[in-house]
Amino acid sequence: MTGAPSSYLKISDLNAWYGESHVLHGVDLELAEGELITLLGRNGAGRTTTLRAIMGMVDRRTGSIAIRGEEFIDIPAHRIGPLGRIGYCPEERGIFASLNVEENLMLPPVVGEGGMSLDEIFEMFPNLREVRRRMGTRLSGGEQQMLAIARILRTGSRLLLLDEITEGLAPVIVKTLGDVIRRLKEKGYTIVLVEQNFRFAAPLADRHYVIEHGRVVDRIEAGAVEASMDRLNHYLSV
Amino acid sequence: MSDMSKPALAEAGEFEEAVPHQNLSRTRFVQVLLWIGLVGFVLTAPFYLYPVFVMQLLCFALFACAFNLLIGFTGLLSFGHAAFFGGAAYVAGHVIKVWGLPPLAGILVGGLSAAVLGYVIGALAIRRQGIYFAMITLALAQIVYFFALQFPFTGGENGLQGIPRGNLFGLVDLNQPLAMYYFVAAVFMIGFLVIYRTIHSPFGQVLQAIRENEPRALSLGYNVDRFKLMAFVLSATLAGVAGATKAVVFQFASLTDAHWQTSGEVTLMTLLGGMGTIFGPVVGAITVVALQHELSGIGSWVQVVIGAIFIVCVLVFRRGIVGEIARLLRISSV
Amino acid sequence: MDVMIKLILAQGMLGLNNGVFYAMLSLGLAIIFGLLNVINFAHGALYMTGAFLALILYSYLGVWLGLEWLHIGFWPALVLVPLLVGCFGMLLERLLLRWLYKHDPIYGLLLTFGVALVLQGLFVNFFSVSGTPYPAQPDELRGVVNLGFMIFPKYRLFAIVFSIFVCLAVWLVIERTRIGAMLRAGTENPDLVKAFGINVPLMVTLTFGVGTGLAGLAGVLAAPIYSVSPLMGADLIIVVFAVVVIGGMGSIMGAVVSGFALGLVEGLTKVIYAPAASTVIFLLMVVVLLLRPAGLFGRQG
Repeated sequence: MTGAPSSYLKISDLNAWYGESHVLHGVDLELAEGELITLLGRNGAGRTTTLRAIMGMVDRRTGSIAIRGEEFIDIPAHRIGPLGRIGYCPEERGIFASLNVEENLMLPPVVGEGGMSLDEIFEMFPNLREVRRRMGTRLSGGEQQMLAIARILRTGSRLLLLDEITEGLAPVIVKTLGDVIRRLKEKGYTIVLVEQNFRFAAPLADRHYVIEHGRVVDRIEAGAVEASMDRLNHYLSV
Repeated sequence: MSDMSKPALAEAGEFEEAVPHQNLSRTRFVQVLLWIGLVGFVLTAPFYLYPVFVMQLLCFALFACAFNLLIGFTGLLSFGHAAFFGGAAYVAGHVIKVWGLPPLAGILVGGLSAAVLGYVIGALAIRRQGIYFAMITLALAQIVYFFALQFPFTGGENGLQGIPRGNLFGLVDLNQPLAMYYFVAAVFMIGFLVIYRTIHSPFGQVLQAIRENEPRALSLGYNVDRFKLMAFVLSATLAGVAGATKAVVFQFASLTDAHWQTSGEVTLMTLLGGMGTIFGPVVGAITVVALQHELSGIGSWVQVVIGAIFIVCVLVFRRGIVGEIARLLRISSV
Repeated sequence: MDVMIKLILAQGMLGLNNGVFYAMLSLGLAIIFGLLNVINFAHGALYMTGAFLALILYSYLGVWLGLEWLHIGFWPALVLVPLLVGCFGMLLERLLLRWLYKHDPIYGLLLTFGVALVLQGLFVNFFSVSGTPYPAQPDELRGVVNLGFMIFPKYRLFAIVFSIFVCLAVWLVIERTRIGAMLRAGTENPDLVKAFGINVPLMVTLTFGVGTGLAGLAGVLAAPIYSVSPLMGADLIIVVFAVVVIGGMGSIMGAVVSGFALGLVEGLTKVIYAPAASTVIFLLMVVVLLLRPAGLFGRQG
């Protein structure tokens, strides 16, 4: 494989199981510090599970997950985030209904230096400042999504795993999120994006991985997207 | 994909469909052996075991099989089954002793009363699921217990004593030990067959579908609550028949029969023998009743032993005796 | 008429006194259930153990150690016993319950049922089933106070006020602190909380410790009121289950409020029709199941 000179995250032959069902069948991918990649594919292809497997949120996983050269495959789930300085924004956003906005924001423990201060966060997401006392459930979808991203920026995570952040949101909010991701990339975050919305992801990504049936079936550099449109359409068409 | 739900009670017995094809004939062979063994034991037991002991055993075995219909084949943990066992014992005792009904009629009335009680308790309890179901059945059974304690006809703490054994069809004197024994054996075998036929009927298949995955059964269009209630009533009825028969055998109905510890005991019998297996509850009942007899000398240490068996079973032995053997032989236990 | 009102108030106070134990036990059950999804059947047995530990600390420990002068009294017991019972609870969680989280929650109920049988059986072997009075009620809580409508034992008043204080404190910790926020979040989505780097397994152990510690505390509070008996927790736990079904386990406050309220209802039933007092909570449970199956404070649907 070429592309990433010194891998920030390198996954090789990752297998994962929910109970008895074998969901990932040897995923390989890598990205360098400051890169943004997307995982593309149909629903149920294993993109979400890839992120969950990185976070240890599957029943069993084998293979290798190396972050800055350190092996993470045998680290217990609750130590993966802090040790790997990973921030995870789950599908469905994972906002806690019984916590208010500020509690949601403050819940993830700080995992390293360089996290955003509350002021910086509210500068990036002005809406959140106004609703900081509101309970998690009483937010709009867009506000929930902002909150879900904001709370992992506070912790000093350097690797962000973002799952379907544009799903079900109005175009204007999707555009705002696009700006946010661009700014995060400029700040040097390393980002893995699971996206259904290719038009959202295309201008942001350095590279795309296509996942099918629990393994990576194709890898397309940003520069080659134009030339590969037919292939992509084939992968993503339902 | 993230909301993969675990199948409930995955350790419950496996069906023939789940067993590799080449093992099917072995399954049939072992099942025939088990049937022969069971019938042989029931027919010959009074000649080498104390008949009253075997009768007690058969009553508890039927009770456990009835309980297993719910926990093992529908996935419902009723923690109040003593209400049906004990309640029917009181009703049967009362109608035989005070109304002068013959014992068979008394047992049928007892079973019927358990059916009615089962309908009421079941209809209430199925309004909640899983762990709540267990707590609700336990709490409702406690009402029955307090009634048994407070109602005038139950004899309070002394229980209902002096129930006559009487005659069967006016022909057979049930005071004859062997006559009584074969009567109880017949009741047990009929109850056991009813349960066996139920499990292998289309109705039983739906119950198991509910056990495996209730939302899916619902989405397939089954009226899940109705099926649960029917299973509950059937189970309660047979538990009642078992309790009423025990009252006739021992000639009295006691508070113990309606106490929650009896509900715990029948749970243990089923768990130990193998939930969701056909013969498991019988094996479990034999083991627990025999154990209680053997250990009766050590007083309340029995409770400690029973509790410890519970813990061990739940931790490392969730398939139970029959379930583990079936797994080792790779055959179906249903 | 005046007499009637006094009688009602008096029975209400006595009912509230039972409510102390319903509230504290259902509070512990609700906290544990929230995070572990386990109904702790041993809760009643741990309450009984708490009462016995208080008794043992005062009457037996000195004798066993050959230090006849040693009597550890009520106030130290009020601190020591919840810690001891809580530690026992944590051992239980670490050694036994932990292995069952992957399985159906029913197994947790069955396991703790077994634990309850073992504890109860052990105490039956060593102590009288008919009960032993706890002799170390503190002097400052002896005697009675005049509440205007009745003369009320000082100790019972203390038990009511103290338990309300404890329940409020627990509620505040859960609703207003960072630890509480972690607990609430863990109750909703433990996997995600883990992914954020919070040590959920440790949190689970501590939560079980606190929940069972509350049962131990309730046991100490009960010792001077009821005679200490191996069976004192067995029937109580079933009433508490009914309380929990009525309140719904969705809310901590719901567990506490329904505990006290149902104690009150039970007390008042004694005035109206005494024989129904032992079943009124179960009958109320039936009504709640018919009208609001998820419980008064539970999330519907």
